Amino acid sequence: MKYVDEFRDGELARGVAEALARIVRLDRDYRFMEFCGGHTHAISRYGLEDLLPSNVRMIHGPGCPVCVLPIGRIDAAIRLAKLPKVTLCTYADLMRVPASGGASLMKAKADGADIRMVYSTLDALRVAEAEPDREVVFFAIGFETTTPPTALAVRRAIEKKLDNFSIFCNHVLTPAAMRAILGDRGGVEIDGFVGPSHVSAVIGLRPYGFVAEDFGKPLVVAGFEPLDVMQAIVMLVRQLNEGRCDVENQYGRAVVSEGNKKAQAEMADIFELRETFEWRGLGCVPASALRLRDAYAAFDAERRFAIETPSAKDNPACECGAILRGAKRPHDCKLFGTVCTPETPMGSCMVSSEGACAAQWTYRRFDARAA
Amino acid sequence: MSTIKAYRRKLDLLGRVDLSHGAGGRAMAQLIAEIFHKALDNDWLRRGNDQSVFEVGAGRMAMTTDAFVVSPLFFPGGDIGSLAVHGTVNDIAMSGAQPLYLSASFIIEEGFSLADLARIAESMGAAARETGVPVITGDTKVVERGKADGVFISTAGVGVVPDGLDLSGDKARAGDIVLISGSIGDHGVAIMSKRENLEFDCEIRSDSAALHGLVANMVAAAGASLRLMRDPTRGGLAATLNEIAQQSRVGFRLDDAAIPVKPEVAAACELLGLDPLNVANEGKLVAVAAPEAASAILDAMRAHPLGRDSAIIGTAVEDERRFVQLKSSFGGSRIVDWLAGEQLPRIC
Amino acid sequence: MCLAVPVRVTELLPDQMAKISLDGVSKTVSVALVDELRVGDYVILHVGFALSKIDPEEAERTLSLIREIAGPDS
Repeated sequence: MKYVDEFRDGELARGVAEALARIVRLDRDYRFMEFCGGHTHAISRYGLEDLLPSNVRMIHGPGCPVCVLPIGRIDAAIRLAKLPKVTLCTYADLMRVPASGGASLMKAKADGADIRMVYSTLDALRVAEAEPDREVVFFAIGFETTTPPTALAVRRAIEKKLDNFSIFCNHVLTPAAMRAILGDRGGVEIDGFVGPSHVSAVIGLRPYGFVAEDFGKPLVVAGFEPLDVMQAIVMLVRQLNEGRCDVENQYGRAVVSEGNKKAQAEMADIFELRETFEWRGLGCVPASALRLRDAYAAFDAERRFAIETPSAKDNPACECGAILRGAKRPHDCKLFGTVCTPETPMGSCMVSSEGACAAQWTYRRFDARAA
Repeated sequence: MSTIKAYRRKLDLLGRVDLSHGAGGRAMAQLIAEIFHKALDNDWLRRGNDQSVFEVGAGRMAMTTDAFVVSPLFFPGGDIGSLAVHGTVNDIAMSGAQPLYLSASFIIEEGFSLADLARIAESMGAAARETGVPVITGDTKVVERGKADGVFISTAGVGVVPDGLDLSGDKARAGDIVLISGSIGDHGVAIMSKRENLEFDCEIRSDSAALHGLVANMVAAAGASLRLMRDPTRGGLAATLNEIAQQSRVGFRLDDAAIPVKPEVAAACELLGLDPLNVANEGKLVAVAAPEAASAILDAMRAHPLGRDSAIIGTAVEDERRFVQLKSSFGGSRIVDWLAGEQLPRIC
Repeated sequence: MCLAVPVRVTELLPDQMAKISLDGVSKTVSVALVDELRVGDYVILHVGFALSKIDPEEAERTLSLIREIAGPDS
């Protein structure tokens, strides 16, 4: 696979690892947060932590939209799916996320709710067109990578004059989450960020400026493949060693500094900022999430079906919150690996394959070092 | 006065199965004769009994049962009929036994197309003839619309185990080598490419095939050094190796670079966010053997058409936690887990 | 973030759609978010939408930098 295999070259990886071992200063630790769940997944899957010097530590960030979705929103989605004539279309990632009382979309489907897994918002639109007597609701989640596809779905629904299509919108914003983490005094000390690949392809580099300017931390946007992540770590280490603090772009082949203007315009047209939004693990974060503009209220499932989403409590022993902030590690959670496993997940960090706990359990639970 | 010969109209294959076809009366007899006996034709079925009798030699027999509920019913490289034959034959063959006979019972949904049923039966018959393992007894039931997904097939198979051969999932030992008979993930990807909402076009065909010929060659080459064989169907190679690790109380260490995956399968998995290790196979086997027999077994496998891409993919190790670990081309290690539930495509 | 894959554009279709291919697997996707695409271009595909075009020169530049870091023996 072109533009993939070259960036998975094992020999080059070993060379970079050796170079990194020469570059790091021995009198300090380096703690980098990879914000994006996709990076968490790549790091675990390729065992990248085995290649890093012992004083370089990766902290898994909250860039997993499944992980940060509060229980109350899943409860609401289940309520929507059970309404008469509603067909809830969802990305497969959400099917097993635990909701209140042990419920989940998967179980609701087994109970008879019309819940369908789709690969794309376009598939949900097709369902709406093919079944005009169903109320099709698309369960929209994701950071800025996944938001433009939702915006385009609304645009298409308008063009096709569909009156049976709406969005249950849970789109969240990356810079706001980063700000919340950096501002969290009780959180773990982070020396720099590995920035998300495809969010950055959409939003560009400018929105990360505050990380360097206001908080004095370097950020390197990294590509999706393991060699990209390793090169980004080298770039971060160099910045720290040289006392620099910039936003750099390792993923030049897909990210330009101004981002994808067309995608940004579509998002700005369809969506507006919510004043605040509850994140699992981060609590209420201001200006961190999107909802449909009033002009598109007819396509907003929350307004269309008058759905309330009260806050719902997490399991008190569940440490997903602290883990999402990087304050704790999976092994610090009493439930990890005992009550809470991918088979019986208690919290979302274990359900999503890129959640810190699932990644640790699935790929790395042999590694005592991580404990 | 001449006798008027009774005339029975042949089944109209443009029609559908209805409840009378399962009621035990003339309609059912006609369905069985014109569709199943015609396609599966052999001496036993021609006798028309509810059971079939065969000679038993001395020694040990192997028996297996299986059910086939695949959707879609027809997919690139096969259908539920041929799959039922291959899958059952393989289960028997994994014990090293020579498969002898199959049974097949059909649960058909009211409204199912007779033409499709005939097609499935023909495919089953062709597979049975090709493998040399006849379907010698069967059963038919029809259930109301909505109570079966088109058609379900349940099978049983019997075979004879050669003297002295005792393969079992609990026989792997530290130091043993692990072999695979070819590329992984083909069947699962072929099925998924036809699933609604995941549509993608590719040339991948299911690898559905009967492996008893390959097995016979392996047993002949190094039967005494074989510990076990298993076909990695649902759950893929990951599930199979984890099962064996638990049964044998060992760990496995695999080499990512050694595991054969077709580029198209890798690409489809990449698009959907799946891992080929978790994807089903229907024409591959995993074998664990003593290390000194490694090259003899590998040669025997590669000499067979169904084992051309065979490879040694790892070893069994002492590991009280029974982890199956994979070394990436990066030199980093990760666990190969068996999944909680069915693998779902992901966006994240 | 998010699962996205570089794929090759093999055919441009009406209504801002296109056929893409990844090692022999092909799919019809939306290219509404990317302008001036030509057959043969590579795009990043995410949930059925092309999000950006891959710059082959930048890709080569990145690889060269990685090779440089990895050292003369790699």
